[in-house]
Amino acid sequence: MGSKLIIILVIIFGVLAIAQLVRVSELTAKHTKRKEEDIPENENKFNANMMLIFMIALYAGFIYLMLEYGYMNLGPAASAHGQEIDWLFDINWIIIVAIFFLTNSLLFIFAWKYVKKPGVKAYYYAHNNKLEMVWTVIPAAVLSVLIILGLRTWNDTTAKAGVEFEDIEIFAYQFAWTARYSGMNNELGKFDYKLTTAENPYAIMTKENIERSLSLMKVGELGQSGIQMLEDKLNDRSIMLSADERKDLEKELGRKERMSRLLEAMSITYADSLDELANDDVIVEDSLVLLKGQKYNFSFRSKDVIHSAYFPHFRAQMNTVPGMTTYFKFQPIYTTEEMKGQLDDSNFEYALLCNKICGGSHYRMKMSVKVLGPKEYLEWQKTKSTYDGTPWIEGNEAKLLEYYETITSRLDEN
Amino acid sequence: MAAAAQEAIHEHDHHEESFVSKYIFSYDHKMIGKQFLLAAIFMGVVGMMLSVFFRIQLAWPGESSDFLNLFLGDRWAPEGILNQDMYLGLVTIHGTIMVFFVLTGGLSGTFSNVLIPLQIGARDMASGFINMMSFWLFAISSIIMLASLFVESGPAMSGWTVYPPLSALPQAVSGSGLGMTLWLTSLTIFIASSLIGSLNYISTVVNLRTKGMKMTRMPLTIWAFLITAIVGVLSFPVLLSAALLLFMDRVMGTSFYLSEIIVGGEMLDNVGGSPVLYQHLFWFLGHPEVYIVLMPALGISSEVISTNSRKPIFGYRAMIGSLLAIGFLSFIVWAHHMFVSGMDPFLGSVFVFTTLLIAIPSAVKVFNYLTTLWKGSIIFTPAMLFAIGLVSTFISGGVTGIILADSALDIQVHDTYFVVAHFHVVMGLSAIFGMFAGIYHWFPKIYGRMMNNRLGYAHFWTTIVSGYGVFLPMHFVGLGGAPRRYYNNSIFDTFNPTAGEMMLDLNVIITVFAIIGAFGQVFFFFNFFYSIFRGPKAPLNPWRSNTLEWTTPTAMPGHGNWPGDLPVVHRWPYDYSKPGADDDFIPQTVPLKPGEEEH
Repeated sequence: MGSKLIIILVIIFGVLAIAQLVRVSELTAKHTKRKEEDIPENENKFNANMMLIFMIALYAGFIYLMLEYGYMNLGPAASAHGQEIDWLFDINWIIIVAIFFLTNSLLFIFAWKYVKKPGVKAYYYAHNNKLEMVWTVIPAAVLSVLIILGLRTWNDTTAKAGVEFEDIEIFAYQFAWTARYSGMNNELGKFDYKLTTAENPYAIMTKENIERSLSLMKVGELGQSGIQMLEDKLNDRSIMLSADERKDLEKELGRKERMSRLLEAMSITYADSLDELANDDVIVEDSLVLLKGQKYNFSFRSKDVIHSAYFPHFRAQMNTVPGMTTYFKFQPIYTTEEMKGQLDDSNFEYALLCNKICGGSHYRMKMSVKVLGPKEYLEWQKTKSTYDGTPWIEGNEAKLLEYYETITSRLDEN
Repeated sequence: MAAAAQEAIHEHDHHEESFVSKYIFSYDHKMIGKQFLLAAIFMGVVGMMLSVFFRIQLAWPGESSDFLNLFLGDRWAPEGILNQDMYLGLVTIHGTIMVFFVLTGGLSGTFSNVLIPLQIGARDMASGFINMMSFWLFAISSIIMLASLFVESGPAMSGWTVYPPLSALPQAVSGSGLGMTLWLTSLTIFIASSLIGSLNYISTVVNLRTKGMKMTRMPLTIWAFLITAIVGVLSFPVLLSAALLLFMDRVMGTSFYLSEIIVGGEMLDNVGGSPVLYQHLFWFLGHPEVYIVLMPALGISSEVISTNSRKPIFGYRAMIGSLLAIGFLSFIVWAHHMFVSGMDPFLGSVFVFTTLLIAIPSAVKVFNYLTTLWKGSIIFTPAMLFAIGLVSTFISGGVTGIILADSALDIQVHDTYFVVAHFHVVMGLSAIFGMFAGIYHWFPKIYGRMMNNRLGYAHFWTTIVSGYGVFLPMHFVGLGGAPRRYYNNSIFDTFNPTAGEMMLDLNVIITVFAIIGAFGQVFFFFNFFYSIFRGPKAPLNPWRSNTLEWTTPTAMPGHGNWPGDLPVVHRWPYDYSKPGADDDFIPQTVPLKPGEEEH
């Protein structure tokens, strides 16, 4: 309570202080017959000098921030395309900082230099077509270069992924991430949001999952009524229902009937080959682990609202949109260990952050990302099992390691 | 016809007016302008307070603050610690209030109303009644928006852009319940207000110019208001439709924006909608909106800089041309807000091209301002200080736009604090500086009294120092990869403790400057309200300016503006320090001398 009082008192005293100052200036104005519309020369001079002082302070502040916080320890781009983006960023940055200094300097120096001086009349100068042409054409030329460079990088970054890319799906929901690796066949199992149940949180399409969802719709389970129970309840004369309750039940029944019709259609058109796609997928919930040098094609999916998968160290970002699959591809080029060395920070870890407002705990929606060398990556793979419960890799370890090593070493050569 | 109508208004003026018809339901454009101004100042205080609340949270996360508890109570700041949902509510309402209620309603509403009839030599707006309606719709929508802050489940919490599905689903965040309904209602009414206001501005400028006031003799303020109004009329209806579809998704079970969603354990049966559609519709207004906010400020600063440099504005026609170019281009750049939304990358590259084009007319404006100052005879009135501040922030904020417009670079900085810093400098600071310049410059005309200059200087210097103090460091927070709308940045400690620490240091700097800036506004509020009642009486033409509003026979013109005949215009408004003239200004009503060239 005490500090609340202090806050209020400070505000009141502040206003009173200003009131007194105004009163003083009012009285002196009366005394000296000063008019507000005639700015005295000393005041004018004061503001002119302030312009110069402010300019110097602004530049000093900017340069200090540049030196102290330049890239804020994000470090060098940890992906192949990210290096291109950083190069482009540097070009742009140099240009805009130059414009910033040049035009701000002209502004503040002109303001300081051309302050009103007794006996000096302003120079009547209404237009000059040549001059105006110059400062239309120069920005246009600079911008054309920037557009061309920018679009080149953009086209490379967003081009469709080739066959050499490994597919990983990133699944977003309030407020966490899950990764699904496409497994040995490098093809992700299909999904359909209608298949989401407690046992199948990622809505993966397998015969078993379809049947489970269908039975859940029809028969229901503990705490959730299926179609049959709903129908029984609505037809049971012994249960008294208010009009609203009846309406809600009918609505739920209608929804479930529609859903179950769609699920039935899904089950009829279902081909057994889809099971194979899904069964060798690997779902990882704790952290996304990548192999250095492997090219990855990420597909993104959201369960509820829009999220954005932001990998700041890899210069990668893509929104995850419910009802729509989005893509982004990149190739990590430094392992976590290498990055620790680069940043001289033994606690460093890559991260995947949510960068689209998605609810109260938006700020905590993070998945850690690890980039490993071939050996460590293989070790990690060995601890994981696929969707149907078999180990991710069986037997062919030596061959895989050799393959991983060629991927990573190809990167080191470049 | 128009002249006859104006005479009728003039006749009407002789009736005694009651308090209600004079101060509340007034048809007089000047009174309506004042109403907009006062409403906007009030909304501005609210918006600023909200920002101080969440800045305290960002600088000192997890620390108890009696200040927060005092204002937000135990519901939203139990034990002085801000609730994480309310944090989102605060940023959402701060953005909404500042963009729509202060910088659109306040800036355009105030100065279009006060200045259009006075500067073109008309007795009032084309329709006084519609003008009054425009203000009262604005007032109603303001009240609804403020009321949404007091709802049990909180105000809208999905950012000022209110992207669905988050804004459509109360299960996803509590603010998407009643708070969001009120938000949509308020905005719908606001759009109606803005639309009828804009139609009125356009028809007034087109029809009611006095004799001799050719389009090429209009002050740049009027050009800016005209183009702003046209842009508003063409873009606000699209936001209205976006809001309507969102409303239907929320209430009537349609699926315009919703598809395949499971939220709060419930499987929704909406299929086939697209959240990206909403983004297209929203930004089709959202981007022109940036220029709706900015262009009146640019118009005001053109006028103020020319008058106080005692020089004609350099490149008058180029200034009009660049306004037109900005107005036109602003309609074909919207998807640069959506480079990583999942839209086709090819579409993105088209928008890179159009967006970077808009830098050209902007650069022309800056260079023309600079040349206007060059070899001038500058008088630093508080208005002039703010106008120069505007040019500086327009430059500093504009250049970072070049990075954001480049889709490849936007991947990295999209939705980080870099964006927040960028638009706060280029449209927040610039527009608010333009608004302050306008208030200081036309206060003598609006209230018939002078404001105190020294308080004005103090106000300007604290504002620009704290403005840059807040937003310059914020760029670096963004370059460090900090996403916006994070309740705190503690997450960085889990993967990069050094960056986390630096981020916190910068956030403390930013918040301290924000608080200083907020206190700096006390200079203004005090000066403003004190001068309304006790300021020295204003002379007829205090700034020795050329435009028509200074030719009214009384400092504070009555209803009808000119009691006798309307002034006749003989020249453009920028004849300052013209060679051969005795004085350093020649009002627009002075006929050309024989053999004198117009300009």
